[in-house]
Parts: sequence; structure tokens; C-alpha cells
Amino acid sequence: MANSTLSRKSLVLLLGLVVLLALPPVALALDEAFFISLFSRILIYALAAVSLDLILGYAGMASLGHGAFLGVGAYVVGILAFHVSEDLAIPFLPGAWTGTTSAVIAWSAAIVMSALVALAIGALSLRTSGVYFIMITLAFAQMLYFFFVSLVTYGGDDGVNLEQRNSFPLLDLGDDTRFYYVCLAVLLGFIYLCQRLVNSRFGMVMRGCKQNETRMRALGFETYKYKLACFVIAGAGAGLAGALAANQSEFVSPGLMHWTRSGEVMVMVILGGMGTLFGPVFGAIALLLMEEILAAYTQHWMIILGPILILVVLFARRGIYGFLAGDGGRDG
Amino acid sequence: MTFFLFLEQTLNAFQLGVMLFLMAAGLTLVFGIMNMINLAHGSFYMIGAYVAAYVGHLTGSFFIAVAVALPVAAIVGMAVETIALRKLYNRDHLDQVLATFGLILFFNELTSIIWGPQAIFVPIPPLFAGSVEIIPGVPYPVYRLVIIAAGLAVAVLLRLLIVKTRTGMLIRAGASNREMVSALGVDIDRLYTVVFGLGALLAGLAGALAGPILATEIGMGENILILTFVVIIVGGIGSIRGALIGALLVGLVDTYGRAFLPTLLRALFEDPSVADGVGASVSSMSIYILMAVVLVIRPRGLFQAYG
Amino acid sequence: MDRSSPPVLRVSNLCKSFGALRASDGIDLDVRTGEIHALIGPNGAGKTTAINQLSGELSPDQGEILFNGQNVTALPVQKRAQLGLARSYQITSIFPAFTAVENVAMAVQSKQGQNFRFWAKARADRARIDPAMTVLRRMGLENVAGAIAGELAHGQQRQLELAMALATQPKMLLLDEPMAGMGPEDSRRMTEILLPLKDHLSILLVEHDMDVVFALADRITVLVLGKAIATGTPQAIRNSPAVQAAYLGELR
Repeated sequence: MANSTLSRKSLVLLLGLVVLLALPPVALALDEAFFISLFSRILIYALAAVSLDLILGYAGMASLGHGAFLGVGAYVVGILAFHVSEDLAIPFLPGAWTGTTSAVIAWSAAIVMSALVALAIGALSLRTSGVYFIMITLAFAQMLYFFFVSLVTYGGDDGVNLEQRNSFPLLDLGDDTRFYYVCLAVLLGFIYLCQRLVNSRFGMVMRGCKQNETRMRALGFETYKYKLACFVIAGAGAGLAGALAANQSEFVSPGLMHWTRSGEVMVMVILGGMGTLFGPVFGAIALLLMEEILAAYTQHWMIILGPILILVVLFARRGIYGFLAGDGGRDG
Repeated sequence: MTFFLFLEQTLNAFQLGVMLFLMAAGLTLVFGIMNMINLAHGSFYMIGAYVAAYVGHLTGSFFIAVAVALPVAAIVGMAVETIALRKLYNRDHLDQVLATFGLILFFNELTSIIWGPQAIFVPIPPLFAGSVEIIPGVPYPVYRLVIIAAGLAVAVLLRLLIVKTRTGMLIRAGASNREMVSALGVDIDRLYTVVFGLGALLAGLAGALAGPILATEIGMGENILILTFVVIIVGGIGSIRGALIGALLVGLVDTYGRAFLPTLLRALFEDPSVADGVGASVSSMSIYILMAVVLVIRPRGLFQAYG
Repeated sequence: MDRSSPPVLRVSNLCKSFGALRASDGIDLDVRTGEIHALIGPNGAGKTTAINQLSGELSPDQGEILFNGQNVTALPVQKRAQLGLARSYQITSIFPAFTAVENVAMAVQSKQGQNFRFWAKARADRARIDPAMTVLRRMGLENVAGAIAGELAHGQQRQLELAMALATQPKMLLLDEPMAGMGPEDSRRMTEILLPLKDHLSILLVEHDMDVVFALADRITVLVLGKAIATGTPQAIRNSPAVQAAYLGELR
């Protein structure tokens, strides 16, 4: 039995990978290039959702402010590019640096900045738990939203346009197909990283905290420290997704960190299957495709999506991945 | 002159504070008694605002508008509780967040279908139009004073309800010890529905009152909801008194922050444009900074009801 | 038991009130090295409240707790656990989704540290698993090592919780009704497991079953309405008129 469910899980994953790998040539052959950019976006949100699942599904921290890190990552890329195009020194930094469009530097900076923001928000929010934690993460994300809305230099409400995508040496990201494959590679790399993480000693501590934090403390674990570390790693992952999102749309605005964005990413995790690494990917695909399809029929598609969410919560808690992959879908 | 400005801003702060109190009072009881996080509380506010705007437009009477909006909000609240949310009390908070997020999407879209996506502007009722001089030389809009008075009246009524009546006694007991209330053999389902309806009614009242001073629009509920969360974090879950003091505190910090911080920062920075930029940023964040400070000092809020 | 050795745990004037209720009313208590010390008393005497203050889950209003001569009164749970003060809960507290061996391995890992290792697979780490299996074997749980902890029988879960506490290699155990909800068979097994433990650690035991208490305890402290009214050997406690009046008499 264990063998057959294992192969079912592998089959689902293999099939998914083949579809994602084959998507650009197929879309181009069908003259539907639109699908390449749609799926780039899906992969980016999948990355954000996997990172959220680390804290939500593995460590048991219900954060409703994950969009904040997505936004910070995107703004780092946007601001660095803005200063290049305006040839303007970045304020509050030493050495009159006028930004960069290098992907290596900008994306690294995005990861570091969002990790730092996550450190600050996490250090405060983790002093509480339960409903307090949900409300506080939401409130801090909203604070950052208003902060960027009030930054007139970088367009305030309207945000910043990127003149072009970031560049790697020898690799032009301006091409949508190439950019798609970069997103796919980053997502798979991040999932592999998380796979190692959740099965490591640190990962066991995370899972212990989710199941029974009181017991963890009684065993002598400083749970605050480990939860904070996990929160920072998840924030960094979302920051990377934000950097990609800025490149994908070549545009950055506070909308990325609006609280509904955090809600959507959370929906992806739960819809796809919380506490699994591939579930959030399926969730991202399902939610964003559903939005596209419903939107084609009616502009009022949210009136359908809302009740669907409620039904999912009430009746389908294992998520899409759990449904597709059977019992093997639970990877711990 | 500065004193007059200060007085005016203080009244503005109170007006924002009582609105937040109307929202927070119901929400904090639902948190405290049902241990339930309800993101859709803002939807009741929006429904109250839209129904009042619509009825006011039809009848021309502000009072009829409010009188209709309140029961509608309460009925919607109780219906939502009975149909969907009741099944979620024993689920974890994540499920509650997700389901009530779904409710928000539904209500926002429904409102947009019924009343259109454009914002509606509601005139100030003629009876309360204009200003009075609160002290000689300082005019202040009558309608805002009415909001403050209404909010304070509700606070007093709630206090009476909670201290003097049997329902109030159960609510108090429920907020501090849920198991005990069910052990008393009280019809807990009905108590929950009543509390939920009461919370929705207060939110609807806030919405109906907000109509004439704010735009009635889709998404208005969520903006005030997040402010309400800050109020509850500051005040402490399950405490009406915490909700009142938290609401006034948030009202004061937000209003003073926006009114005085930019001026203050101009004195600090040489470049006025930098000062304005920083001022706008900091003042938009001031209440969250308040929240952070409270979290450092008292992680469970200033007036925790239990735990 | 060495009577001349200093107490491993010394509690003086422990006070804790909940509103008007004085749950701990000036408790003094010594637990000597290598003894099993039972804390008994009627329901509502404040036994669990006392244990929770000793473990650090509640902070006392007044009083002082010395563990191995160190003042731990202000330390949080995890710090006390790191010093060697382990506990079990009245309501079983395990990791229900982990296997039995993984439950104990968490305790082993807590002792070993290296919790910031992000890469190597923890479940294949012999340094974690082998000591965990050793403890499981000692408890007679090796047959269910691979079973999901949440699906074990109640008695086995209680034993697993004790195994976790032991795997942290504590100097002292705080056991809050370890036999709660157990049948006579499981209860006897637990007694057999606990008795030899005092060779290398001290135990403070809260227990309702008087047969168990008199079989295990070297000394007994009687708690009534938050006050420690008597401390002594089982024989002395049995014969104490004050205890009989306040507590044992009530049972007859």
C-alpha cells in the first residue's frame, strides 16, 4: 500500500513538473504567449506561498501579513532601479550609491531587507500568539502599506515603473520565456531548500512548536528564538518572490502589500494543502487560474470565489495536493 | 491660536475614537466569548453605511435611515453567524480567517452589484448641519459632536447592559470563562447569536454615522477593521473598558500624529520637503508604533480580560 | 537517600492567589537528593498550582525557589528545564503527530542542542535516535517506537511522556499525577518504572492513589487549602492527627 501511494505522489509531482517545463513552447506554438506571463506570475506567488507555509503549516504561526515581505522585496528592486534611471543617490546610505539593475545584487538586497523587516516584525509579534498574532501581523503589514503609500518620491499610491528587468551576466531576463524558466528554477530551488530545512533538526523544532509549544518549552527549547528564525527565513523567501514579482510586471506599487494580497497567499497555502511543500504550488495554480477563468465570465467573480473559500474551509481541509496525491501527500 | 487648533484636533480624535469603539466593542466580545476571529466585522460596518445611505436617499430622513440600517446589520450578522460561522467556533483560527476572508469578498462584491462600484457621498442631515462655537471663537461641526455624543451614549448603555442585566452577566462570565457559562446550562448557541448580532448592530451604527463624513465605498469596512484590530491589541481582548480606552488612545495618537507631527518635524529637519516626506510617513504609522510599544510593555493589551 | 546532603529543591514561603482564592499560601518544601517526595491533598488543595510554579509555568506572587542552590524563581520554564528540572503534565502532553521515537528524540535533541542545523536529515541522525531508543527500551515501549504517538493507548502515552522527561537527563522530575486515568495494570507498571529512578534523580510526585503514594514515597507533604500542614515519612503522615483530621479522615 505504502508503495502505491508513494508512486501516486511521485506521479502527480512528475506530471506537474512536465506540464510546467513544457508550458512555454506549447503556449508559443498555440500563439498564446499570454500563458507564459500568467504562469510566471503563478510561479512567483507559489514561491511566496511555499515560504508562508513554512511558518503556517510547519511552525504553526498564523501570519496574515506575509504580503509585507513580498512588497519590501519588490520595492528594493524597484527603488534600486529607480535610482539608476534617475541617476540619483539613495538617501540615508553612505557613498552616494545610485542603485543597480544587477539581478544578483538587487535580489540579494531584496532578500536581506525583507529578512530584516521580518526580524523586526517577528520579534514584536511573537511576544503573543493565537488571535493576537494574526491581528498584529496584519496590522504591521498595513503599517508598511501606508508607509509606502506616503513615500511620494517613489510614486506613493501609484508606485514605480521599472525601465527594464534586472540583468544577469550572460542572461537576458527581458525575454518572457527565459524569465519564466528563471522563476521555475528559483521556485524548485527554494522548495529543495525547504525540503532540507523541514527535515533538519531545526525543522523538527519547528514542527514540535506547531504541535505542542508548551511541551517544547518544558523540554528546554527556547521556542521564541526558533520561531523567530523561522519567521525570518519565510520573510526572506517572500522577499525573493517580491523581487521576482517586480521584474515580472516591471512595476512596483503598495498594492503588493495590501492586506488582501496576504489573504490570497494564505488562501493558496490552505487551498493547496497546508504543511506540505508542493501543496502551496498547487494552491497558487488553482487560485490564480480560477480568478482568470471566473473573471472571463463575470466581473463579479469574487461573489463566487468567496463562498468557495468558505466551502473549502468547511468541507475540504486536506487541500488539492492531499486530494491528488492521496495519503502520500502528507510529508509530515 | 494653537490652543484652538489643539482643542479642535482633540474633538476630532474623540470622534474617531468613538467610531472605533463602536467597532471594537462588538469585535472584542466575539473574540473574548467565542474565541473567534471575524475579519468580516468590517462588512457589517459597510452594510450599515450603504443601507443608511440608500434609505436616507429614498426617504430624505436621516433618522429613518439609521433606524433601518441598525436592524439590517444585526440581522445580517445573526444570519451569517447561524449559517456559517457557528461551525467554526471549535476550529483553529486559520480556518476562521479563511472563511471570514471569503465572506468579505462575497459582501464586497454583493454591495458592488447592488449599489455599483462608485463611492456614494451622503449629505450631512440638515438638522445637524453647520457649526457651533464650543468656546467663543472656535466653531466645530455639529454633526461630529453628534457622533461623539452617540458613541458615548452607546458606551453608557453597553455598561448598563453588561452590569445590570442577566444577558450582560452571562456575557461577562463568558468573556472570562467560557467553560463555566456552558456548565451553567445556559443556551450557549442563543447567547452567541445575540452577542454576534449586537456586535453587528454596533458596527452598522458606526457605518451609518460615518456615511455623512466619509465616503461610503467598497472596502471601507476593511480599513476600519484593521484600525479596530489595533484598538483591541492595545486595549486587550474581551474587555469593553479596554476597547473604549484603546479606541480613544488610537484616536488621539492618529489625529495628533497627522495634525502635529509634520510641523514638529519641520523644526527638526532643515530641508522642508524631507521633513514633509518623513512627517507623512511617520504620522501614517503612528498608531502602529503605539501598538508596538504596548506589545513591548504589555503583550496581552492594557486591560486583558483573562489569561 | 543521604540525609546530610543539601536539598535539590528548596521552596520557601510560596504564595499565589487567583483573585480571592489563595491557591498557594506560604508553602515551605524541601526535596532531598535521591528521594521520592509525594505531594498529596484533597481536590482543590493547590497541588497543580504548586507544581506549575516549581516548573515555571506560573510565577509566584511571593516566595523563593532554589534548585541545586540556584535561585530559579524568576526563570522561565525552558531555562529551568535546561538546568535539569523536567516535568510531566496531568493531561498528557506529547507531540501527537510524531512517532513515539520522534517524541523522545525531541527530548534528546533538547539536551544535545544544535537546533540551528538546517541541512542534515534529523530522522536519520543516529545521535538523536539511538539514545531515544535506549530510553524507549527502558520503558518497554520499543515495540511501538514507530507508531504515531497520538494513536497510542492512554497508558502508553503516559509512559511516553515520562520517557521524554527522562531523555532530557534531568536531575529532578516533577510528576503531576502520572497514573491519571490508568488502569491497575498500567499503574503497577508505572510504579515499577518509577521506583528504581531514585538511584540517580529526585522526584516530586503529585498523586491521588494512596496505595501508589505509600508504595513509592520516602516522604510526604500534605497540602490543604494552599497550606503545607505536615511533612514526614509515610508512617508519620499516617499517624498524624492533624492530617487525619484535615484530610485522611475525610476519605473514610
